[in-house]
Amino acid sequence: MQNNVLDYLDNIVKIKPNKVAFANESFSMTFSGVYKESRSLASYIAGKGIYKKPVVIFMNKHPREITAFFGVIYSGCYYVPIDEEMPASRIDLILDNVKSPLIICDEDTIEKAEAFNTDAEAVLYTDVIKTDIDEDKLALIASKVIDTDPIYIVFTSGSTGVPKGVCACHRSVLDYIEQLSETLEFNEDTVFGNQTPLYFDACLKEVYPTLKFGATTYLIPKSLFMFPVKLVEFINEHNINTICWVVSALTMISAFGTFKTVVPKTLTNIAFGSEVFPIKQFNMWRQVLPNARFTNLYGPTEGTGMCCYYKVNREFELDDVIPIGRPFKNTEILLLTEDGKLAQDGQPGEICIRGTGVTLGYYNNEAKTKESFVQNPLNTFYPETIYKTGDIGKLNNYGELEFVSRKDYQIKHMGHRIELGEIEANVNALEGVKISGCIYDKEKGKIVLYYVGDIDKAELITILKDKLPRYMVPNVTNRLESMPFTANGKINRVELTKMNQANNK
Amino acid sequence: MEELLSILEELHPEVDFETETGLVTNGIIDSFDIVTIISEIGDRFDVVVSAEYITPENFDSAETIYDMIQRIEEEE
Repeated sequence: MQNNVLDYLDNIVKIKPNKVAFANESFSMTFSGVYKESRSLASYIAGKGIYKKPVVIFMNKHPREITAFFGVIYSGCYYVPIDEEMPASRIDLILDNVKSPLIICDEDTIEKAEAFNTDAEAVLYTDVIKTDIDEDKLALIASKVIDTDPIYIVFTSGSTGVPKGVCACHRSVLDYIEQLSETLEFNEDTVFGNQTPLYFDACLKEVYPTLKFGATTYLIPKSLFMFPVKLVEFINEHNINTICWVVSALTMISAFGTFKTVVPKTLTNIAFGSEVFPIKQFNMWRQVLPNARFTNLYGPTEGTGMCCYYKVNREFELDDVIPIGRPFKNTEILLLTEDGKLAQDGQPGEICIRGTGVTLGYYNNEAKTKESFVQNPLNTFYPETIYKTGDIGKLNNYGELEFVSRKDYQIKHMGHRIELGEIEANVNALEGVKISGCIYDKEKGKIVLYYVGDIDKAELITILKDKLPRYMVPNVTNRLESMPFTANGKINRVELTKMNQANNK
Repeated sequence: MEELLSILEELHPEVDFETETGLVTNGIIDSFDIVTIISEIGDRFDVVVSAEYITPENFDSAETIYDMIQRIEEEE
């Protein structure tokens, strides 16, 4: 039985050594190239005696970054991807959490890495892949793999201002890749066009099926997602047939009449998720690509990526909601009421995930893990962990799961999962700020910040850009004389929402 | 131009849009900003910015955005 995600690579390199595995607009790597470089990197790490440790990957989005992930897994360690766009203070929090001995860099990042406040050694990818492959040592490491060993940690927004590292093992990734591939019908002719960053779990959808089937993944340059005509031309030029994108990347194309100029005619398999798809935009896609398959995906990072799917099989009117459907095989969704019972007959409940896809928990953070990775309240007989998503869902008339709302102040903005509390914590920590409150304007898709203090807007945003990733920086900032509070002393978000609505008029 | 500057300054109060000429090339605005700018231009100038106008050249500065709005107005 397969117990290691890299069995996919060991297998495919024998069958399709010279096929392109990963490429961007100007660089490509074959399976053979990926295999050799990742095993050299693994030999370097193992040669330093680093084993079963987190290894940070600090590289630009590039085929070699993916190869570095595999190298870390071959060495028996687990990868922690961080990104140049992450502000230094956030990277410090991550490094402090994982205490990695090693940071793998590229030419653009090595200088920054050497300035980090850490004991970790920063090394250059292009140097360490010159290491001779130590086949005996790598075979010994592979023979000792247990499928519950971790393979990566990715960081997600935390409401107290500290990001949380979700840690996943071979087994949950294998389960996810097998179920996802079957559901979306990937095969060796699949050509993926990757949109999502490599430092989140979202890229698992392309990275591992590429190995499993000997498919090809193009990493689409981020800048193209600003310019819809160029983006569609890229898709057509590279014969990309499969995309798994956040909704805002798809609506960027459909909203501006791009289809009048150019149609992404090579696409046959379109999966989307992370946000609600406005039906007007969705119908434009269906109209222009009537023969393509459309699938809505739903799932949190803590469930190893996606855990539910809905294959679009009927027409949707403008006020309909596209459901999140049903769980993948080998996953169960429990809709639990506040008293820990199953929600009945279309009643709303918290979406809880049961199955192999539930990840190991938050790395080096027992307190946060215990809050969300809990004993299944329906089972009092043996230990069984479920993950409480904090999403409220219900079953519709078709028996399909629908997303209703959030239990807390977590939002989805441009496909990114953000805790408004993390933004507030960072703003409140600034000198010259007394208090702040953040809301999300769903209609306009904007993060709106209100604050009381002496600092002016421009200065506040300038400083905040060094603390938060850019997708978390507020889109509208308002300074107030005083903050509205509720009777029990909490920030009155209803009042802030009213102020924002008045402002929009 | 005043109207356009107020749209841009609301989005990025920390940027001096009268002098900055590399909004795209210097990575100051992202895809969210472009979508927002186009939507605000639609509301306040009553022009529809269609896909063929959404190019790096047209969005690199307040001036090029303003020129683009005028070209669209002339064509309509």
